[in-house]
Amino acid sequence: MKTQTYTLNLGPQHPSTHGVFRIILELDGETVVKATPVPGYLHRGIEKLAEARTYTQVIPYTDRMDYMAAMLMNWGYVAAVEKLMGVEVPERAEYVRVIVGELSRIASHMIAVGAMGGDIGAITAFTYTFRDREYVLDLLEMVSGSRMTFSYFRVGGVAEDLPEEFFPAVRKFLAELPGMCDEYDGLVTGNEIFQARTKFVGVIPPEVGINYSLSGPTLRGSGVNYDLRKVRPYGVYDRFDFEVPLGQNGDCFDRFWIRIEEMRQSGRIIQQALEQLPEGPIQAKVPKVIKPPVGDAYVEIESSKGAYGAYLISDGSPKPYRVHFRRPSFINLGYLGKLCEGWKIADVIAILGSIDIVLGEVDC
Amino acid sequence: MGETIFVDLTAWLRGLMGGLGVPDLYNEIILMVVKMTAVILFVALNAIWLVYMERKLCAYIQSRVGPRHHGPLGLLQPIFDVVKLMTKEIILSKNVDLVVFLLAPILIVVPPIVAYGLLPFGKGMVAIDMNIGLFFLVAVTSLSTIIFWMAGWASNNKYSLLGGMRVVAQMVSYELPLVLAMLGVVMITGTMNLSGIVEAQNGIWFIFTQPIAFLVFFIAGIAETNRPPFDLVEGESEIISGPYTEYGGMGFAMFYGLAEFANLLVISSMCVVLFLGGWLAPFGWDFIPSWVWFFLKLYLVIFLFMWVRWTYPRIRVDQLMTFGWKVLVPLTLANIFITGTGIYIYRAIGW
Repeated sequence: MKTQTYTLNLGPQHPSTHGVFRIILELDGETVVKATPVPGYLHRGIEKLAEARTYTQVIPYTDRMDYMAAMLMNWGYVAAVEKLMGVEVPERAEYVRVIVGELSRIASHMIAVGAMGGDIGAITAFTYTFRDREYVLDLLEMVSGSRMTFSYFRVGGVAEDLPEEFFPAVRKFLAELPGMCDEYDGLVTGNEIFQARTKFVGVIPPEVGINYSLSGPTLRGSGVNYDLRKVRPYGVYDRFDFEVPLGQNGDCFDRFWIRIEEMRQSGRIIQQALEQLPEGPIQAKVPKVIKPPVGDAYVEIESSKGAYGAYLISDGSPKPYRVHFRRPSFINLGYLGKLCEGWKIADVIAILGSIDIVLGEVDC
Repeated sequence: MGETIFVDLTAWLRGLMGGLGVPDLYNEIILMVVKMTAVILFVALNAIWLVYMERKLCAYIQSRVGPRHHGPLGLLQPIFDVVKLMTKEIILSKNVDLVVFLLAPILIVVPPIVAYGLLPFGKGMVAIDMNIGLFFLVAVTSLSTIIFWMAGWASNNKYSLLGGMRVVAQMVSYELPLVLAMLGVVMITGTMNLSGIVEAQNGIWFIFTQPIAFLVFFIAGIAETNRPPFDLVEGESEIISGPYTEYGGMGFAMFYGLAEFANLLVISSMCVVLFLGGWLAPFGWDFIPSWVWFFLKLYLVIFLFMWVRWTYPRIRVDQLMTFGWKVLVPLTLANIFITGTGIYIYRAIGW
């Protein structure tokens, strides 16, 4: 009997590709023989546009890359400019950065958790995480005035100080956060069917993860203890006491479970940051027109998706000569083609959900 | 009270026509037509109500509110949905198999309505009282399989084809646990007549004497109606809508509204009749008419089905087959074995 493989297009328009992402699958029945990811459907030319903007004008573009964790996107870029200029960020600004950065990370992980649950079929988990994410967005709206694309960071600090009504609201949120994580654990993590769908599916061996430059929960799921906040602490991260959850098997379940645990740890960090928050200015004395000296700088921070870096080349003018972003979602997708081989279509969805990509970041 | 309202109505109609001088044969035929119309109306009205109930229930489970715009509490939502769907264009893509493509949504509602003709709604209220009622029910519900497959094939779309293949695999492999679970009940009652099965539960409902069979029947029922956690046929996040992807307008309404909920009604009614005592009142609370009891139990089971739907994620196709063949079938076989030995022992003791 002769069978034939057929090509199925998990097209750009699909409920589960987390945006406009295309995977060309060659299938033998239901099993994937070859998977070819085709990114680029959301390419907006941010790196090219940045060459025609001043350094501060590039900050809103970084929001639009990983729009789920926009604060962290701002941070990486602004830190690179500061390194280039040699600006020292005041203490209070660093702590505020940690607080809003970790809140952004929680928001991003909530989407990752909910979207993965929704892809696998637990649509209720999707609505629960979105309901809880509203709290975080309200907090960030209090701080920056916007719910998704904040543009809150500035070279040398942040734009505005935290308002008075922020503190009781964030304390209330932190008190409820463990309950929210327990709810997701109860509904999804412990569910038999969910575990059957995700355990030992899409296993990434640790050496392969390191060879393919994976980072973030995708790499930590395989047990590699590499969190930039601990390995190369930036800002004031060395003053906080938190754990880095690690997976054991490197399967989809571990990557999912790590994100819920990271949410809890982020809650701890915010708690400590609130306690240690000093008084002081929230922006360093930077000139109105930012003209860094000639040279280049590369800074990497731990974004919610992985190691996010910004590489700047300056030629002394107010506009950058070249900006390049090391986007974790894009690098993490490098292994997707080989990872999907041998699994069923349903597993491709689970694997894609567990890597947690954001198309704004993939295509830039 | 209202206990015998439908029986009295039938008797009155019979008397009326006899009085008008209609020959007995035509009398029966006209009454049969009336009964069939009543059954079709029942299924259609319930399906429309279930559209609303599903959306409201799923909304509250997901901490939302659901339809609230049209009519008080959104009660007119299904009517607006029906009108909208009727006015939509049925897009025929290139190279669809036209006859099969158009026949599939029409045929999909036939098996559930046929099955509904046999179910006892109350004391003496059966449209068709067949001696092999259960057997006929099983045969008719299996027909849905091929109609889903028709829809998947005719759409000329790889996603639909995949869905169609999945649906055949799923429905065929879950027929067996469904039937074997029913076999336990038939062994105890010794009859396949549905009214007989209900009356045999006079002392104790079969959910207590056959708990495993009930559980297996419930799970296999979810698989038969293609609902989550077994909805990989209409996978949504994987194959968009499986066999129904290419259907628009009324075709879509037939599949998603009528067929799904009509099938759900049939499986829930079978659950109620076989395991929950049909129209029998619990604890002998006779003051509520039997058909109201049937209704209440029916909606309790439907509520259970919907609750399970919105809680569990989707199961994968090979795990589904493993579960069906390697877990449910041995369980039901064990159940039959235990039931058989139990019956033998009871007869030997003389209970």
